[in-house]
Amino acid sequence: MRRVFQIAAAVCSALAAEPPLVIQNAQVLTVTKGSFRGSVVIRNGKIAEAGEKTLVPLGAHVIDAGGQYLMPGIVDCHSHIAADSINEGSVSVSSMVSIEDVLDPEDIAIYRALAGGVTTANILHGSANAIGGQCVVIKLRWGKDARGLLFAGAKPGLKLALGENPKRQGYAPAQGRSPRYPATRMGVEDVIRQAFAEAKAYRQAWREYQDKVARGENAIPPRRDLRLEPLVEVLEGKRLVHAHCYRADEILMLLRLAEEIGFRVKTLQHVLEGYKVAKEIAAHGAGASTFSDWWAYKVEAYDAIPYNAALMLRKGVLVSLNSDSAELMRRLNTEAAKTLKYGGLTEEEALSLITINPARQLEIDDRVGSIEPGKDADLVLFDKHPLSSYAKVQKVFIDGELYFDRDRDLSARPEREQRRKALVEREREAEKKQPSRTRDRDTERPQ
Amino acid sequence: MKSATTCLSAWLALAAAALPQTVLIRGATVHTVSGPDIASGSVLIRDGKIAEVGVVVKAPKQARVLEAKGLHLYPGMIDSATDLGLAEITSVRETVDIREIGDFKPQLRTIIAVNSASEHIPVTRANGITSAVVLPEGGIISGQAAVIHLDGWTWEEMAARPSVAMVLQFPVIQQTPAERTGPSERRIPYAEAKKRYEARLRELDDWFERARRYQRARQAPASGLRPDLQLEAMLPVLERKLPVVIHAVREKAIREALAFAERQKIRIILAGARDADKLAAELKAKDVPVILPRVLELPLNEDDPYDRPFTLPAALHKAGVRFAFATYSSSFSRNLPYQAATAVAFGLPYQEALRGLTLYPAEIWGLNELGSVEPGKLANLILADGDLLEVRTQIKHVFVRGKEVDLNNKHTTLYEKYRNRP
Repeated sequence: MRRVFQIAAAVCSALAAEPPLVIQNAQVLTVTKGSFRGSVVIRNGKIAEAGEKTLVPLGAHVIDAGGQYLMPGIVDCHSHIAADSINEGSVSVSSMVSIEDVLDPEDIAIYRALAGGVTTANILHGSANAIGGQCVVIKLRWGKDARGLLFAGAKPGLKLALGENPKRQGYAPAQGRSPRYPATRMGVEDVIRQAFAEAKAYRQAWREYQDKVARGENAIPPRRDLRLEPLVEVLEGKRLVHAHCYRADEILMLLRLAEEIGFRVKTLQHVLEGYKVAKEIAAHGAGASTFSDWWAYKVEAYDAIPYNAALMLRKGVLVSLNSDSAELMRRLNTEAAKTLKYGGLTEEEALSLITINPARQLEIDDRVGSIEPGKDADLVLFDKHPLSSYAKVQKVFIDGELYFDRDRDLSARPEREQRRKALVEREREAEKKQPSRTRDRDTERPQ
Repeated sequence: MKSATTCLSAWLALAAAALPQTVLIRGATVHTVSGPDIASGSVLIRDGKIAEVGVVVKAPKQARVLEAKGLHLYPGMIDSATDLGLAEITSVRETVDIREIGDFKPQLRTIIAVNSASEHIPVTRANGITSAVVLPEGGIISGQAAVIHLDGWTWEEMAARPSVAMVLQFPVIQQTPAERTGPSERRIPYAEAKKRYEARLRELDDWFERARRYQRARQAPASGLRPDLQLEAMLPVLERKLPVVIHAVREKAIREALAFAERQKIRIILAGARDADKLAAELKAKDVPVILPRVLELPLNEDDPYDRPFTLPAALHKAGVRFAFATYSSSFSRNLPYQAATAVAFGLPYQEALRGLTLYPAEIWGLNELGSVEPGKLANLILADGDLLEVRTQIKHVFVRGKEVDLNNKHTTLYEKYRNRP
């Protein structure tokens, strides 16, 4: 049995690597170039052609979509899956830590999100600190190792956080901890301004050093500061700022502070009161990545409205919908549908909120976010229109490779269940021989 | 002066609209739920109730006629588990009244803590939810659940059933506390957690035993018994007049809850039962209804099929288990129909999904006046511009007890205000 699988796997990978793949007879929703009934041709992991009539290349592997809906892979601009930990909450400026160092490719949330049509995700540091850690963009290549998840070429990010979360350690410190500055929104601004002032001085020290070296003078290099380097990268436009925020006042504060310091906020995350300062956000040029309809879970979310995405979009903001949750991540398509209901967006606009717009926000829109020749073949096949409540993901491709197949998932279940039972049985036997073996281990597991 | 009169007459018109009226809804696709759909049907509302349903219904004199061609008429939806009115802002303890201190509190009544001015109520009903079950959550016996209609000036006016069930959190082996009181809360060792759980199981049986003794003592003539409000509240449960909602998630807890109900001879309704699919045959045999856990949820176990929460309603339906949908929330209650839609995508017949939002909860909670479009039932009705379960569908009119209610709410108000910001 196992041998058969190995051979099948070998055959599959040989086929995937070599011949082109054609998905035929699909209702293709390109997002940027309209919709049509036709085919998409995939070669070497890229979309080679998409149109009503395309030629089937010789030796191509053909999938008949049977009139089902093909859309670009969903891009989630705010997620915390596939990360072993997300908050270095001991300091208010933790820009030296990086999510890339703690990627967990075995997190089952990756597979579950794939089964919801997500192919790319921005994995962010948490929001405990005014300046959080470094963020990384991944593709949900389930089965690959941590390195295999990385979205090569995507710009790295830096998390900032405003409002209730970063000030909490100031007014309600965890047991056994002393209060940590800041405790107010005033302090949050101060922490960010101070850190960037340091970063500028640091950059200046390096520039002076490099000038001296260029002039052939003797010079001692400044001591490297791993905390300030990511901030310098922000100042130089090499790293994107993703800022957690809720209230209109703090959003406006950050826009003005960034303008004063000299960088652009790439995305405002959550940004639930963004609709109150939409024109200021648009003028600054920040993107807004929000929830469809979450509200009232905290004070700063009490004025959140489901019209937020549509209102901001209509006022000229680049808007995306994100999940921030392994559960919500499984159904971003129907989250997008809520903007048809709340604010009257068109189908194409609604789909753009979970595809091309987040891709633009992450500056990866030359690679993903729409069905266009030259882009990565990251595609999702739904049985019904993806904005319908009844739509189910059937197949998901990343770089032209099939990473999720509902039929395959269903047919593998009996064998998986047998394997599970065998494992449980083995543990039971071990438990009998050496009582409480498993339980002791359980209690020792760190939190 | 003129504007004052205009104002006054506008107010009078609004006040008149707020009274139960005679309304004829004409030409809608009527989804009766209990019977077949009527392609172009009419429904007459009188005295807060459905007076007539049919293809042709004559408009009585002075009746308001609502032309509903192209719209779909459904019974109002019932959310079978919510915190509506009990929780305003979940992270602010001062605005949350869900869990009381103490393990045995059968005398507590959620109905009196329902804040009729909560912003969640108009937000929820704007999406077609017209009634909701409000459940307490603390300790072992948490208190009494209520059914409310999502319209009324006071909780008293909102009450459909001030006390519809007793709520019981079935004890489980728990290494982390149910409600985190601080971030540094420690996980306790398994052996200790098991001991705690066994003690709680004993306490629960003891509690019922005490209640029975109290019941007997109370029936004895001239016993000089001093009334005990806590035990007094248990009497309707022992007399099988009040069902017990048992919150039990995993297989072990559900199994034990079923045995407990048998032992104590009580009527039960299961809630939150995420492993109910494993015990479907038993639930059917014992005719125990299930308030479904959230369908839009992550699987319970890491190695569960990715779609297990989505297929649970279909599995229960197939086994013949009675069920109803619920959100266990206040801020997400408006998304109730989408729980049912996902269940349909993963195998539940459409009509069953519709019933799980209307008729089935009415039957499970004993709300005979609700759940379908039939003469004699309360006129909790909604008119939508499409399929109720589709996210994009707009709810156009909502009637609660025959009165058309305002669909404006905090969200529409803020939307209008900021849309018009120059």
